[in-house]
Amino acid sequence: MKTTIASLLVGEKGIIQDISYDSVPLKLLEMGCLPGKEVELIQIAPMKDPLYIRVNGSHLAIRKETAELIQIAKSENLCEILKS
Amino acid sequence: MRNTEVIKVALIGNPNTGKSSLFNQLTGLNQKVSNYPGVTVEKKSGTAKLNDTTNATIVDLPGTYSINPTSLDENIVLQSLLNPANEYPDVVVVVADVENLKRNLFLFSQIKDLEIPAILVINMADQMKKKGISLDIELLKQELNSEVLLVSARKKIGIDRLKNAIVNYKEVNISTIADIADRIDSDFFNRVKSSFNEMSLYKAWLLITQHHNFSTIDQKLQKRIDTYRKDTTKLKKMQNRETILRYQYINGILKKTYNVDTDKATGLRFKLDKILTHKVFGYVIFASILMLIFQSIFDWTSIPMDFIDATFAHLSELTKDKLPQGMFTNLLAEGIIPGIGGIVIFVPQIAMLFLLISILEETGYMSRVVFLMDRIMRRFGMSGKSVIPLISGTACAIPAIMAARNISGWKERLVTILVTPFTTCSARLPVYAIIIALVIPNQRFLGVFSLQGLTLMALYLVGFTAAMASGYLLNKTLKVRGKSFFVIEMPNYKLPSIKNVLYTVLEKTKAFVFGAGKIILAISIVLWFLASNGPSSFKNASEIVKKEYSNQELSSSEVDQKIASYKLEHSYIGIAGKTIEPAIKPLGYDWKIGIALLTSFAAREVFVGTLATIYSVESDNDTTTIKEKMAAEINQDTGKKLFNFPVGMSLLIFYAFAMQCMSTLAIVKRETNSWKWPLLQLFGMTALAYLASLLTFTLLN
Repeated sequence: MKTTIASLLVGEKGIIQDISYDSVPLKLLEMGCLPGKEVELIQIAPMKDPLYIRVNGSHLAIRKETAELIQIAKSENLCEILKS
Repeated sequence: MRNTEVIKVALIGNPNTGKSSLFNQLTGLNQKVSNYPGVTVEKKSGTAKLNDTTNATIVDLPGTYSINPTSLDENIVLQSLLNPANEYPDVVVVVADVENLKRNLFLFSQIKDLEIPAILVINMADQMKKKGISLDIELLKQELNSEVLLVSARKKIGIDRLKNAIVNYKEVNISTIADIADRIDSDFFNRVKSSFNEMSLYKAWLLITQHHNFSTIDQKLQKRIDTYRKDTTKLKKMQNRETILRYQYINGILKKTYNVDTDKATGLRFKLDKILTHKVFGYVIFASILMLIFQSIFDWTSIPMDFIDATFAHLSELTKDKLPQGMFTNLLAEGIIPGIGGIVIFVPQIAMLFLLISILEETGYMSRVVFLMDRIMRRFGMSGKSVIPLISGTACAIPAIMAARNISGWKERLVTILVTPFTTCSARLPVYAIIIALVIPNQRFLGVFSLQGLTLMALYLVGFTAAMASGYLLNKTLKVRGKSFFVIEMPNYKLPSIKNVLYTVLEKTKAFVFGAGKIILAISIVLWFLASNGPSSFKNASEIVKKEYSNQELSSSEVDQKIASYKLEHSYIGIAGKTIEPAIKPLGYDWKIGIALLTSFAAREVFVGTLATIYSVESDNDTTTIKEKMAAEINQDTGKKLFNFPVGMSLLIFYAFAMQCMSTLAIVKRETNSWKWPLLQLFGMTALAYLASLLTFTLLN
């Protein structure tokens, strides 16, 4: 399974790797959610939907279905990659 | 008189940037709300005096993150900048929030590329120190090659400098910002440039990508556009690429000019979010705030409402006493004055509701509610954003339905519009109040809860349940295409500005009084006319009655009463009531209630007014109140009291469900651009009301 924003736990951070551009609304990109930017999951609503994230200086709420379209590398994994 | 120059200014900016504060600061109370020509969307504009010889007309455009619209509200921004049917602004003032400068510059860069004179105003400058932000404004000016101003709309800092900059708008540099087009696809854009050489390249690009959002594209232009729309996947890719490149450009500039100490920035937001969006406390707090809203709407407004009620009743009597008797006096005393009273009485509730809602929006709390409610509302075919229309609906469905505009998915917006009239609006209250007082005993249940209060609460629940249940059904049955998506900003918490809140309350209340008010007043006058005129038997009432009772000994006042009653029965409205009597008899109603039902299809609250008219036309004896008269009313078939428990309950249920508001239907027609949906509401809701009342009456009787 791919790691996406939806797989973050509250408080965890990641770096956006790839976005399914065909299905993700342009508006989300326009609000600053872009590849290479850091995302942090701030809060999840009950039933794990929607998600409250901070990305590129913006605080946004997006639905789980959208979050699943944005692939990330978790920050801790990134550290491991850098170490090895 | 000296000639004054008038400059047309458009205010554009992201939501939550303090754009409205700036607008209020510039225009003060010189504001008006009108419609855009051709488009039925409200336009907020005002005038500002810039200096002795120059004025400005300022248009406050809806908040948007980008010039590519995702909702009806945002489309206005595109339309007002690019639609030739509108007057173009001379200069655009882009309002940015110093904390979210990056995202705000995105919008600024788009406006700049349209080659329109644009001034960047960075607002909330007073917050910079507190949030640990430093900004090199001179360098930013150079990099953007534009006029940039730091202001604080709330603290009134920099307003004069802005006025000055607007006066000198002709000096503003209008070159484009970054050569993004070449970096996306130079071949493609060179072709676009040569075939749309009469306009800016970016405008041509917007016409190509947003052509469906323009209402006024002629066939020739559409043909030219279509030659570039063959590969829509490629276009979407190019749009994505444009966004990424713009951000790269902005990041490059901000790296040199903008610095933020993040440690200082997040403290309060973090703490408040932890509580307000918590999966338990979040809902508890929201429920408490809802309770507070309802409490304030009913309890705290009863004093001004009683006062208004009494004042208008008094005014009516005074008019009758002091003015010479005649047609005009009657029209004034029985038609116009009660009609206006019927509108003004709702002002306290509507003002109170919008006071609270605008405070919640201003503080940034409403976005948290949207976040908490989205998943739940989606089950019922709506979005988290539908919460605001549904709450507003408890005051009046008209502003509520207009508030659904910022819902981006068409299906979610449509469902919200269709179910909102089920929520118990304040127009239902007077009907509920008088019937509850008549048929529910004024006793306490378990010593604490008043039975009348509980009934009222149950009726609110009935309305809310009907809204949710029909949302669920519509979600399952409506075949509406169009994707829905949900991206909302969670703004920073801030203290509400009293000025902004009061202006919003004023604006919404005015919209209600002059929008819905006109219809209510017109109906009251028509009603009065129909009740005081009729065919020949109406005109000869006094002879007919006198002849009929000639062998009985009646006092003159009793005869007068018989005449009035006969007149009502034979007036146009009485005939209409009699005509529908067979249809409403199964629900327990007589022809007088029938009249009230008919008239309240114009607006619900007319019910009480109609009964008041009926009973005051019937007897000029003003010593008893409407309620006492209704309580004394006898059903001619059974000889018992007319307003007994089954009839009362059946009426309550009817009013809970029926679509009886012409103003709402008109708004739904306007907002959905079709008669299909208001007619669905009218017939669907009324059929439901009829069946539910029939069931209630049959079960209870």
